[in-house]
Amino acid sequence: MSGRLAQMPENHVDQIGAPPAQPGLRLKKAFSVLGPFFGLALVVGLFMAMLALKDIADQMQKENLHGFTGWTRAVRQGSFDGLSAFVSVANIKTVLAQTVIVAVGALGMTMIIVSGGIDLSVGSVVALTSVLGALLLHRGWGTGPVIAATVLGGSLVGLVNGGLIAGFRLMPFIVTLGMMGVARGTAKWLAGNQTVNYPIESSLNNLMKMEDLDHLFPLPHGVWIAAGLAGLLALIMRQTVFGRYVFAIGSNEATARLCGVRVSLQKVLIYTLAGLFFGCAGLMQLTRLTQGDPSGAIGLELDMIAAVVIGGASLSGGSGSVLGSMVGAFIIQTLRNGSSLMSWPTFTQEIIIGAVIILAVGMDRLRQRRFRA
Amino acid sequence: MLAFRIPNSALRGVLRLALRIPHSALRTGMTPRLAMSGVRKSFGATRALRGVSLTVGPGEAHALIGENGAGKSTLMKILSGACPADEGTVALDGVRFEPQNPLHARRGGIAMIYQELTLVPDLSVEENILLGAEPATCGWLRRGRRRQLARQALAELHHDSIPPEIPVNRLTIAEQQVVEIARALIGEAKVLIMDEPTSSLTRIDTENLFAIIDKLRRRGVSIIYISHFLEECQQVCERFTVLRDGESVGTGHMRATPLSEIIHLMVGREIQEIYPRTERTLGRPVLELRAVGGHSKPASVSFSLRAGEILGMAGLIGAGRTETLRACFGLDRLARGQIAVFGVERTQAAPRARLRSGVGLLSENRKEEGLMLERSVADNLTLTRFGPLARLGFISSRQQARCAEGWMRQLEVKAQGPGQPIVELSGGNQQKIALGRLLHHEARILLLDEPTRGVDVGSKAQIYRLMGALAAAGKSVVFVSSYLPELLGVCDTIGVMCRGVLSEVKPARDWTEHSIIAAAIGSGTEEQEGPTL
Repeated sequence: MSGRLAQMPENHVDQIGAPPAQPGLRLKKAFSVLGPFFGLALVVGLFMAMLALKDIADQMQKENLHGFTGWTRAVRQGSFDGLSAFVSVANIKTVLAQTVIVAVGALGMTMIIVSGGIDLSVGSVVALTSVLGALLLHRGWGTGPVIAATVLGGSLVGLVNGGLIAGFRLMPFIVTLGMMGVARGTAKWLAGNQTVNYPIESSLNNLMKMEDLDHLFPLPHGVWIAAGLAGLLALIMRQTVFGRYVFAIGSNEATARLCGVRVSLQKVLIYTLAGLFFGCAGLMQLTRLTQGDPSGAIGLELDMIAAVVIGGASLSGGSGSVLGSMVGAFIIQTLRNGSSLMSWPTFTQEIIIGAVIILAVGMDRLRQRRFRA
Repeated sequence: MLAFRIPNSALRGVLRLALRIPHSALRTGMTPRLAMSGVRKSFGATRALRGVSLTVGPGEAHALIGENGAGKSTLMKILSGACPADEGTVALDGVRFEPQNPLHARRGGIAMIYQELTLVPDLSVEENILLGAEPATCGWLRRGRRRQLARQALAELHHDSIPPEIPVNRLTIAEQQVVEIARALIGEAKVLIMDEPTSSLTRIDTENLFAIIDKLRRRGVSIIYISHFLEECQQVCERFTVLRDGESVGTGHMRATPLSEIIHLMVGREIQEIYPRTERTLGRPVLELRAVGGHSKPASVSFSLRAGEILGMAGLIGAGRTETLRACFGLDRLARGQIAVFGVERTQAAPRARLRSGVGLLSENRKEEGLMLERSVADNLTLTRFGPLARLGFISSRQQARCAEGWMRQLEVKAQGPGQPIVELSGGNQQKIALGRLLHHEARILLLDEPTRGVDVGSKAQIYRLMGALAAAGKSVVFVSSYLPELLGVCDTIGVMCRGVLSEVKPARDWTEHSIIAAAIGSGTEEQEGPTL
């Protein structure tokens, strides 16, 4: 618009520096940013306590101690193997490395969920892209082209999803449910219904390699890549017009349309861009397993959705943060890791993770209601 | 906001009517079917009802008349149990009646037919008629009995041609309304409330409806008939009560009272100078509509908006004013006609293109469409124009907050800060943010749809001032409102919409509240100074 008609209030120009936010508002914001971290601290703390108790009980059993005096002796003499294994550098490193796939997928999922959509096809897309990568490596493609092809393959599926959702005004739930089957079937078809192996000396395998378990650094490349992608997406979501439109569509699609946002185009872009992240996750799945498995990563999308929701996003769209989703992914992996150190069976893990998701969302609602009041 | 003084003439009218037409209940010596007196109701600081009395005899059709926002809906909500009255008494057949919830009211014999049909579209006719009152034995549905009851109800309305087993979405609107009435009759209704029942009916269907009403009256059912169409009221109703600003200001015999007198009762106030006039000169046309029509509404709209002009658009709810604005802004597709913006003909354009050419729309529905409720004040203000806040494509949060702060100060928005979610703000402040978005966008043509609805008095005055200032700066405003004093006070020119057609746009001083109402209800009974449509 022409400057002649500029209606910007003049008095704001000479006010330099950030506007003073009210303390209540700042506290609220801090609370919502820190929420997932509180959750993480809670989970870690609980597991530390449970592992310590378990270590003490094991010690008492080993030395045949009884009663309160026996308990105090066990506390003094105990080696706390389980607890120290949990908080060891090697374990933290392992959890980080295990988080990577879900975390990268959760990035794409964050974008989709913030825009008010959902993607159920991610597990299948991860399997499909990992099979694709393995097949291309098998044919002797170089590392670079394989990475490009895998990531673009993921975004191509996203493009189809987004095109169907925006073009025909279909429900994302249904479209991606269908795509879940289509992508899975395609993966099995490409792979001839078996795992695809490739020459093991490919440089891609260094992506997730763990070295020097006694020190936190160097971290596996995958962790850095995930962190880099997270930083990039956070910037996109917070500071670009594209990112603001994602929030706008998720918050109120009618308003977005009223404000001249090209909602359909935007949706196609969102699903396509998210597909890039899912392709990345597929690539990481490939290097972790060192083979393309067409029946792997089943239900992976649910872990990603859970991570995003634990991270403070609302499934009705309009809210969510990249940082929260990353912490959410880490929480889920910590739960898995802690449960296996507690030597709980898999079914217990499943029950606990399910309960934590419900708890996290419930606490979030409670928190919001308190602030509303 | 306005200290309304009832003009002497209105008072005389009330007295004369009251004396000339004795109460039907008194005349016949019967207990009235429904007697409401001194009913008051407040929502927060808003006094929706400030003393309403209404008496309806058995088998009487009673017209409830008033402008939009006069309190008719609130009164009916109290009667149908949707909300309790703060003060006053309601008696049904002489017995105190205080419905706690809609079911209670329905059991007491109050049935309501809403303006929008409330049928379940996929269920069958009989399922709809007996919804909530299904004949059953220990929870087992008695299908045969249901069909029988449904047939009976339809036969009573002389509409046994409607098959009870087909889904209602395959019926015409008029037939659906018959089903709705049949449902109301199932519960042995004593009082049937009809809210604008003819707004979506054709002439013939309307005549059929009137026949049904006559039949019901002969059965002793009392009818409260709410309508803006006064001729219809004259045709079906015996008596009327006029509500104005939450008070019942007059009651009388429908056929014996000239319509002009009823209109006078509806308006009955003097316009005071709370509307600031700014010096403005009208420039060349910036927005021209020629015979614009949509797929359902509007039917035909033509006007020419000039630079620096505030054009008011009056009309009843549902007349097609919102649809006209949406069509101008490219939210709804046009069926015919042409639109030119700043002299360039661009009939079909997406909202994005309209915004680019400097047209902005303020939605009448702040919560559903206008705002992103859980997003911050700053995000809502700047959504259409991030350009000045960004460098190399990255938006600066600090710039955005500062810009929002500036607008908040200028518009006197009461909020904790630019980061506060907009849902936590009051209606007036929310509306200022929605308007602020158009200012930030530097829109040169502002289409404002009911900008003062649900807004407190102070913010209203501010919005009027803002509109005046915009026009003085050479911008143009289309101002849709159902509140006539503000239209007459603020606008340079006014057009009235009736059933999808916009009247000739004339200077505001050539209109009166009477002539606007007459034009809006499509009434042929004009005041002497009024226009002939």
